[in-house]
Amino acid sequence: MYKYDQYDQAMVDARVEEFRDQARRRLEGKLTEDQFKPLRLMNGLYLQLHAYMLRVAIPYGTLNSQQMHALADIADKYDRGYGHFTTRQNIQYNWIKLEDAGDILADLAKVEMHAIQTSGNCIRNISSDHFAGAAADEIVDPRPYAELLRQWSSFHPEFSYLPRKFKIAVIASDTDRAAMRLHDIGIQIVKNDAGELGAAFYVGGGMGRTPMVAPCINAFVPLDRLVTYAEACLRVYNRHGRRDNKYKARIKILVHEMGAEEYTRQVEAEYAHLLEEGVEPPFAELERIRTYFEDPLFEAGAPEEVDRSDPDFAVWVDRNTVAHKEAGYVSAVISLKPVGGIPGDATAEQMRLMADLAKDYSFDELRVMHTQNIVLPHVRKADLHALWTALDEAGLGSPNLDTVEDIIACPGLDYCSLANARSIPIAQRISERFAANGKTGTLGELKLKISGCINACGHHHAGHIGILGVDRKGVENYQLLLGGSEAEDVSLAKITGPGFDENGIVDAVETVTNVYENERQDGERFLDTYRRIGMNPFKEALYG
Amino acid sequence: MRLLTGNDLKTGAVTWWTGSDWSIHVEDAADVTGNEDEIARREEASRRVNSPYAVDAELHEGSPRPAHIKERVRALGPTVRPDLTLKPADPEIGNWVI
Repeated sequence: MYKYDQYDQAMVDARVEEFRDQARRRLEGKLTEDQFKPLRLMNGLYLQLHAYMLRVAIPYGTLNSQQMHALADIADKYDRGYGHFTTRQNIQYNWIKLEDAGDILADLAKVEMHAIQTSGNCIRNISSDHFAGAAADEIVDPRPYAELLRQWSSFHPEFSYLPRKFKIAVIASDTDRAAMRLHDIGIQIVKNDAGELGAAFYVGGGMGRTPMVAPCINAFVPLDRLVTYAEACLRVYNRHGRRDNKYKARIKILVHEMGAEEYTRQVEAEYAHLLEEGVEPPFAELERIRTYFEDPLFEAGAPEEVDRSDPDFAVWVDRNTVAHKEAGYVSAVISLKPVGGIPGDATAEQMRLMADLAKDYSFDELRVMHTQNIVLPHVRKADLHALWTALDEAGLGSPNLDTVEDIIACPGLDYCSLANARSIPIAQRISERFAANGKTGTLGELKLKISGCINACGHHHAGHIGILGVDRKGVENYQLLLGGSEAEDVSLAKITGPGFDENGIVDAVETVTNVYENERQDGERFLDTYRRIGMNPFKEALYG
Repeated sequence: MRLLTGNDLKTGAVTWWTGSDWSIHVEDAADVTGNEDEIARREEASRRVNSPYAVDAELHEGSPRPAHIKERVRALGPTVRPDLTLKPADPEIGNWVI
């Protein structure tokens, strides 16, 4: 994985000292909150319901065991012994003190981490495929391109005060595991008929109050012009994006209102101009970055056989391991979704265990999934039983990847100052309901996503089943949505009808899964059945 | 009744104006009806609280209870982590929030 050079480290160290001074001046009263707020947000420090909240960037979700240990130490030393892995492959701490913030950033910098640009109207953490570099179906590891874009976008003076926040995802397979087309810019590394690599640009996607699927504006940008094209996309947005209304300030609104054709025309004109200016970094820089992402030394001829005589282990292998490009290896998913648990939360002890297991079994590497689980990307099949045994003993062996128990849930009203309703208790009760009725396995792939407000951090628009919490005259109410997908078959979910109370929404989820069980044909997922039969059978079952 | 609340500048902890000081316990909060803006300005200037604002509340069994669920969650702590709330040993406290 990428290692900081002297420039990276110097930049991060300087930012730590700068923010330490800013926090000191705030505590001394030399800065007002209005003056300080944009400064702390640039360093990922929010003020949430119960305390300050710090969001730490995990670039494209990749980290090593030393970094995971550092995250655990921060949880113990400065927080309350746990952290929350987010839907953008980051981690958040919920109980931070302002007087500790400088020390925390310094501890992060020691392991090449930071919280820069995890908030504010700038280019946020670049996300990617959590199986990058391991997936059997990728044409190339997308992370070098994500890293190049990370370096380009870090402290970019022109894009530090955009009309609104800006999120970029990079993938390199036809299977979309990063919700690529629901980002401000989604980039898919592709191969043309001549066998050359290039980048397909999808611009203007997003969730939030106005969900949009990004259209493709250029199907093949040469990789030695990747940054130039991205810069052109940002420039047109920075020039025309609305700053008068924050609800219409995202690039999706610009692309929609301007029209994809006109937006593309302006991007291409800007691109031509930028090519003359020569803003692209030397291709040698990309080559330098690429060397950090070379394959680990896989064992040649690693055994393919897995002893499946332990039935619980066999279920976990079937559900939580994913095909690897190297024979004898898999990617193993550590579920942070125990039945009745809080999606995405991990204790410091669990983080340390995952770090140690990564060192022992996965070439010292971990990934954070946007679905709030952790991946050990390179595990020998021969080591799977030992790995599962250690995970299971620590409460991390839930065999529920991509099932109805594998719920994305934002922090909701339990932690977030923007939320209108609680998300986590709904996720807990749904997972308990389906664990109790024994249907988790038989329902197969079923992606359920819950947001506590219309900002959609819980990706409810993209759930096969989505739930949106709203405030109805001071009482929590939950809307049910069906038919969304953030994968390569991307679609936006539709609301079924009137909302439900806390008890009713759990029953409603069970009701729609009953419809699916009655109506499904061979091999159909919930989403497939919904697409075939439409909304009406579900509405009839829900509302009569 | 109206309560004045904010976050402690140093720690970020939720605090409530008691009439003379700030407390992390909402049951200590005083009715500030009519004086909320003046107290908020003064206390923010003294750096004892961050971004104070007033909320509606009612008396519930003799103690103030914020009218909106968001403020009740703020007052107590996350409902999904009773161990991290201000009343971890009270099994009935969830009813106060919801």
